[in-house]
Amino acid sequence: MINLATLWSSLPDYARATVWILVITVVLIVLVALLTLWERKVIGWMQLRRGPNRVRIFGLLPGIGQPFADVFKLLFKEVVVPANANKLLFRLAPMIALIPAFAAWAVIPLSPEVVVSKADAGLLYLLSLTSLGVYGIIIAGWAANSKYAFLGAMRSAAQMVAYEIAMGFALVGVLMASGSMNLGTIVNTQQGGVLAWNWFWLFPLLVVYFISGVAETNRAPFDVAEGESEIVAGFHVEYSGIGFALFFLAEYANMILIATLTAVFFFGGWRAPFEGWPGLGGTLLGAPSFLWLFAKVFALVFLFLWFRATFPRYRYDQIMRLGWKTLIPVTLVWIGVEMLMANWHIGPWARAWFH
Amino acid sequence: MASGAPIAEIRNYTMNFGPQHPAAHGVLRLVLELDGETIQKADPHIGLLHRGTEKLAESKPFNQSIGYMDRLDYVSMMCNEHAYVLAIEKLLGMVPPERAQYIRVMFDEVTRLLNHLMWLGAHALDIGAMTVFLLAFKEREELMDAYEAVSGTRMHATYYRPGGVYRDLPDSMPKYQASRWRSQKDAARLNEARSGSLLDFIHAFTERFPAAIDDYETLLTDNRIWKQRTVNIGVVSPERAMQLGFSGPMLRGSGVAWDLRKKQPYECYARMDFDIPVGVNGDCYDRYLVRVAEMRQSVRIVRQCIEWLRVNPGAVMIDDRKVRAPRRAEMKEDMEALIHHFKFFSEGYEVPAGETYAAVEAPKGEFGVYLVSDGANKPYRLKCRAPGFAHLAALEEMTRGHMLADVVAVIGTQDIVFGEVDR
Repeated sequence: MINLATLWSSLPDYARATVWILVITVVLIVLVALLTLWERKVIGWMQLRRGPNRVRIFGLLPGIGQPFADVFKLLFKEVVVPANANKLLFRLAPMIALIPAFAAWAVIPLSPEVVVSKADAGLLYLLSLTSLGVYGIIIAGWAANSKYAFLGAMRSAAQMVAYEIAMGFALVGVLMASGSMNLGTIVNTQQGGVLAWNWFWLFPLLVVYFISGVAETNRAPFDVAEGESEIVAGFHVEYSGIGFALFFLAEYANMILIATLTAVFFFGGWRAPFEGWPGLGGTLLGAPSFLWLFAKVFALVFLFLWFRATFPRYRYDQIMRLGWKTLIPVTLVWIGVEMLMANWHIGPWARAWFH
Repeated sequence: MASGAPIAEIRNYTMNFGPQHPAAHGVLRLVLELDGETIQKADPHIGLLHRGTEKLAESKPFNQSIGYMDRLDYVSMMCNEHAYVLAIEKLLGMVPPERAQYIRVMFDEVTRLLNHLMWLGAHALDIGAMTVFLLAFKEREELMDAYEAVSGTRMHATYYRPGGVYRDLPDSMPKYQASRWRSQKDAARLNEARSGSLLDFIHAFTERFPAAIDDYETLLTDNRIWKQRTVNIGVVSPERAMQLGFSGPMLRGSGVAWDLRKKQPYECYARMDFDIPVGVNGDCYDRYLVRVAEMRQSVRIVRQCIEWLRVNPGAVMIDDRKVRAPRRAEMKEDMEALIHHFKFFSEGYEVPAGETYAAVEAPKGEFGVYLVSDGANKPYRLKCRAPGFAHLAALEEMTRGHMLADVVAVIGTQDIVFGEVDR
């Protein structure tokens, strides 16, 4: 063990980063697979049925093999490229959708020690990458040369523009509260237990950010880009096999990403909720750990699933109205409120770093 | 124009909605002309599910077409049979025994529940709320068990006969067996409501069902998104609804209190105590509320039938050898009965010449059968009046100017089933 530890510390930075990138990518893909199963199970329970319970691995845990069976099925299916499609763009689109969903993890602090890149402009990097993902959707919808796909792409483009702005403004609020665009610093400034996290002072922004996140990932009730009962499957209607699998992977990876970002920006990332509390603060419950981040992400991802089982789908113009006329004004007003709080040193602005 | 470049020609976008489409409710082919997402023109094409039911009936003895009626509107099976059987009875001048009338009314209302549950689930699923669909189907199972107990099949019952119903209600329900997948405990829990007769089983269902309706309403009625998607969508004024030939909840949603069960009572409906819910605005939301309220009324009617049926045993089939096949026991003893049995199932019976129209308040609206007999053992002409046909014809009017997503809501609210539209 000592040899391994010394070996690890003797590695150059880029080698360590590469190892972390590999680990994060593989873990993320496995998590996505398990998330699809968890989603089907949770929604199944909410609908008084059992969800997948047939495919087992080594005779354990009924259903656990389902996502892996699905993956193998999709891998071996023929990739059908429609005759009138733009062949290059049609094949490129799933990758364009997937890459940003994974690349965004570079700046996310997973635990006090582990972060691939401590970029100071992390917030900007994230905003730019998450908005790149929509290109995959637009290109897919356009390249497939199908009317359903085209409508899906148009809907998605309009939706993304509206909700990127709301999301961006919500993050401006976070930026004001933390005084940094480095995600590590953002987590660090939320020191002091559950009430010191950003959600308390920035609650309207949390709501706006999470709703925008649901919309950004094209999840119910904002899933108009693939609205099953309207435009069949929307932008990915012509995709089969691995092309479809990549879109699916991107959607679920984005879900985990949005949940993680919400945890980092508003729920103190890897910080413990009992940090600094008398009695609990000194124990394991008060210690920062990766597990806290995991628990928060798990709870937030559950909300995505819960929404899907509960809400009907918005109509496309209603989504626009909600984005432009409700969410963006809310963020603007709250940024004004934050300016006043900063002026009078209330909440996060009462902390030492501000002076 | 100064430059030579022509102005781009702006054309509408034509889209094929169906026949393979998740919201097409079977085989609707809808050609939509879209300006962006706004509907300029909606052109429903019919006939993809045409099976020639009306023509087929012309070449079969009367009784052998009852099963075809189930397959017209295949989510409100017994109501279709009812209209057909009523038409034959009218020509024959027969009135079924009282008990048969009560059984028919009870199963008409069970059928209404079956249909409305299917409609509710599909409508909600079209608008994106998937959970209601599965919750509704859970209750449908029990009603289908009732169908099965009485007729042997879960859907296409073929239970009504001219002169009554095929047989009396069973005194016991089939029970679940414990198996590899179902423990003794689970089987006992499932069998709890099945220990008594069919009437006890349906009664237990009516005790439980209002709470299930409350559950659906919790998910939808006050849901902001649901209201945004249905309020003021597909508005039809009462005058226009009548002009378009609407019936059933589509007409009542617009505020016209027209219900054949009240206005032209058939069977024992005149003795039933129930209300007709009507809407105000004639939009999708009102039609939703009307149908949900109708489910509660149906439960009331079923309860009244159960109470009457429990204390009034008797014949369920008119004692007329013309329309009733001889009992098996009689056939063992009596040569005439055996011959009669053979003739009954091969040649059938003759119906006096004449024409008639009989209509029932099916879950979707007025389902009528126009029957012409020339005195032979087969209908000379049979024409079904399907409520969905008139509703579908109004699709264009109801959706013009709305958005693509609203088309789905309107198709859902019309409760279209292509079995009866295409026949």
